[in-house]
Amino acid sequence: MSRARSAEATLTPTGAPMVDGSAWHEQVAAGGDVLEIEDLRIATTAGGREVVRGVDLHLRQGELLALVGESGSGKTTVGLATLGHFRSGLTHAGGSVTIHPSNTTAPALMTALGEESLRRLRGSRVSYIPQDPALSLNPAMRVGEQIGEVLEIHEFGSSEAERIERVRSVLREVGLPDDDAYRRRWPHQLSGGQQQRIGIAMAFAMYPDVLVLDEPTTGLDVSTQAVVLETIREMTVTNRVAALYITHDLAVVAEIADRVAVMLQGELVEEGPTDEVLRAPRHRYTRTLLAAVPDLAGRNRIGEFEARRRAVEAAEADAARTSDPDSGPAAARGEDRPVAAPAPAAAPGDPLIAVRDVSLSYGEKQVLSSVDLTLRAGECTLLLGESGSGKTTLSRSIAGLLDHWSGSISYQGTELAPSTRRRSLAQRQDIQYVFQSPFSSLNPRRTLGQSLAVPLEMSGDLSAAERTQRVREALDAVRLGRAFIDRRPGDLSGGERQRAAIARALVNMPRVLICDEITSALDVSVQASIIDLLTRLREERGLSMLFVTHNIALARHVAERVAVLDHGVIVDDGPTDQVLTAPSNTYTEELLANIPSL
Amino acid sequence: MIVQLIIRRLAISLVILLAISVLVFGATLLLPGDPALAILGQQATPERIQALHEQMHLDDPAWSRYLSWLGGLFTGDLGTSVASGQPVAELVGERARASVVLMIAAALISVPAGIALGIWSALRRGRTVDSAITGISLVLAALPEFVIGIALVALFATTVFSILPAVTMAPPGTQPWDFPAQLILPIAVLVLVVTPYIARMMRATMLEVLDSGYVEMARLKGVPERRVILRHALPHAIGPVAQVVAIQLAWMAGGVVVVEYLFRYPGLGQALIDAVNYRDVQVVQAVTMIVAVIYIVVNLLADIVGILANPKLRTGGDR
Repeated sequence: MSRARSAEATLTPTGAPMVDGSAWHEQVAAGGDVLEIEDLRIATTAGGREVVRGVDLHLRQGELLALVGESGSGKTTVGLATLGHFRSGLTHAGGSVTIHPSNTTAPALMTALGEESLRRLRGSRVSYIPQDPALSLNPAMRVGEQIGEVLEIHEFGSSEAERIERVRSVLREVGLPDDDAYRRRWPHQLSGGQQQRIGIAMAFAMYPDVLVLDEPTTGLDVSTQAVVLETIREMTVTNRVAALYITHDLAVVAEIADRVAVMLQGELVEEGPTDEVLRAPRHRYTRTLLAAVPDLAGRNRIGEFEARRRAVEAAEADAARTSDPDSGPAAARGEDRPVAAPAPAAAPGDPLIAVRDVSLSYGEKQVLSSVDLTLRAGECTLLLGESGSGKTTLSRSIAGLLDHWSGSISYQGTELAPSTRRRSLAQRQDIQYVFQSPFSSLNPRRTLGQSLAVPLEMSGDLSAAERTQRVREALDAVRLGRAFIDRRPGDLSGGERQRAAIARALVNMPRVLICDEITSALDVSVQASIIDLLTRLREERGLSMLFVTHNIALARHVAERVAVLDHGVIVDDGPTDQVLTAPSNTYTEELLANIPSL
Repeated sequence: MIVQLIIRRLAISLVILLAISVLVFGATLLLPGDPALAILGQQATPERIQALHEQMHLDDPAWSRYLSWLGGLFTGDLGTSVASGQPVAELVGERARASVVLMIAAALISVPAGIALGIWSALRRGRTVDSAITGISLVLAALPEFVIGIALVALFATTVFSILPAVTMAPPGTQPWDFPAQLILPIAVLVLVVTPYIARMMRATMLEVLDSGYVEMARLKGVPERRVILRHALPHAIGPVAQVVAIQLAWMAGGVVVVEYLFRYPGLGQALIDAVNYRDVQVVQAVTMIVAVIYIVVNLLADIVGILANPKLRTGGDR
């Protein structure tokens, strides 16, 4: 399955004779780089503001370089520039991207080539694996056709049969079935992990020399992510590809990358071998990122993320004064003591919410089967499950957003009506829900003040002035500050929006907060600051919390108890330590085994 | 799967048609005045009115008249025109054919033109061509069909050019399509009314699709631009446009009334206007039912195009 890159003349996949003298061979023989990005500058077409400022990156064959940074740092822009592509509104402003392809003798200057030459290189010599396979696979084309299309365009082989054979072999390489029926499936008939593997197969079909991966595992479950990472690593090595892996997740980086480059606001701030960068980060920003990674052991105390971020800054300021760059950071990494589970405000007491024998099905499909779950006062329970496990369905049933379940859910000993419409005002106010995506849960036309006042208007017993006061307090409580009252969601970052959404849940002084994957759409460092916020809110207000997530690594950072949901059944339920150290179920064990860690 | 879906849509369509037949029949009952009196005129003797009542079963209860009318619809017997004494099926059939010729000709021009203009406009987003197409189509969409019709007549049939006939004049025994020159202006009006909507919708959906992840991915995999448009973008844009096309074609079924009146074209519209004037209830009912059928058929076709363009609907979303 690997490419024959021997000394004798052979045929390249494009049909052009690949002789020893190709640019790729020359570079590899000389121990040089296959991809060279030099002083790359990319600016906005309107205004000419530089969003990428002088990036230098070099990759050899078989090497995987992780490009790390937060949303908006320009890492995707650099990735796309590697294919000579600039999204609308952006333009090349300086520097160069050079690829040494294996089918010609001349290196390809991606930043200067014409459209037609670029097109011939894209998908064949340099290919791209996008972030969200659900959006980037054409929903109206069969998956086999989509892989075959790459081969057809780039004239792979000499016959249709040969191309189909290649589609089969690349499907096998990424661990998918290669039969006719599978190739004739539509993207929507595959799971997220399978879709992403189709994306990987498409990228590897032409045996590319350079590969750009744009957060290919974001949005996948841990166990799926583990398999996909494994596939990527293996394919990169066997195909001798130079891979640029874009991500914001340092735990993934530790699993997969040879080297790491860290990007901040369009500039590279640090680059080096993975071990070096993760063990001894030199730049403040890298340390902040590291401090934000949740670990299973709970040593990296992300519940105190903000305090530690400030400590890092203070240490750096000290260091600058004493001009000794190495004295500061050690204190800030905080590897000394693991967090004892975040201190609950009061000793966990009586069951606050008791879920008994709750089942729910959509038509034939059983989503929840006889679920029992107890949430005690002042306690946080982590409800863990992969996509499709029914965790959102369960939390929505508890919140009363879904009402066709059977069984019983009681709050403070009183049975709750299935739907919020039938619940009392006090019950509705006491149980509040925060949604996954802060980008769709806030009305973009309303100011935060207006959005946050809605729950108060529903209760109807506060004057306008009192309502404003409550909204201000809530904004303060989530550390946004009352100045945000007149802002609209469009002006806010993802983290700020999620804080606003939490504030909306807080205005009615709830006792229970149901957080449905509220950090999954956010960068790791933003996630850390939200977890930090939740920890402090629980201390200040004695909130009970149901924290729904697919990320088991968060367990020790937020919760005293963990309940594991698999296909609508609670398979594990107990104190965090017990579930993580001595899981009673093989499914939980499997989840634990698949977590990437630093 | 898809066959099942289509059969279900068909069944729903039949139910809707039945409901419409009730409405149509009910509405004609509500028309003021006695049809017999309207037909015979003010000088009619009570005996003659009575006789006509019996002949038309006007004294039977409404439900029994409805049932016999409905039964007639299924057997192709649409009754007898009281105004002309001709069988309604014969009278309306001829007119319907004339109208359908007009509509099909207009559709064959406006649908491809609208889609092509929409794509062109989307591909030239923000440039002069785009602004021109968007602007002109907005103006045309804002003008009622009789204004466009009168403007065209003024321009091509009277003072300025005087090259095309302003009205349709088919001697008895000939069909309107025997005189192609007479068809040009009515068709042009329908095309000018319908095309802008299709073009605007096509542009909007195309812009959305061109911004999608899979179109970017297609470009990044080296797919030639022409193929990106035809293979990756167009199939997704066509579904929503099919709905607009259907609404426009259905509008034409009613919109021809004005256009036909304007050009004295002997189609359904003319038939309807005459029938209402003469209180020719049977013809009114028949024409209304035909228009309803056209509405339902084009919408059904649009749904099918939508289903065909979307594998998720086609495979019923099962994994």
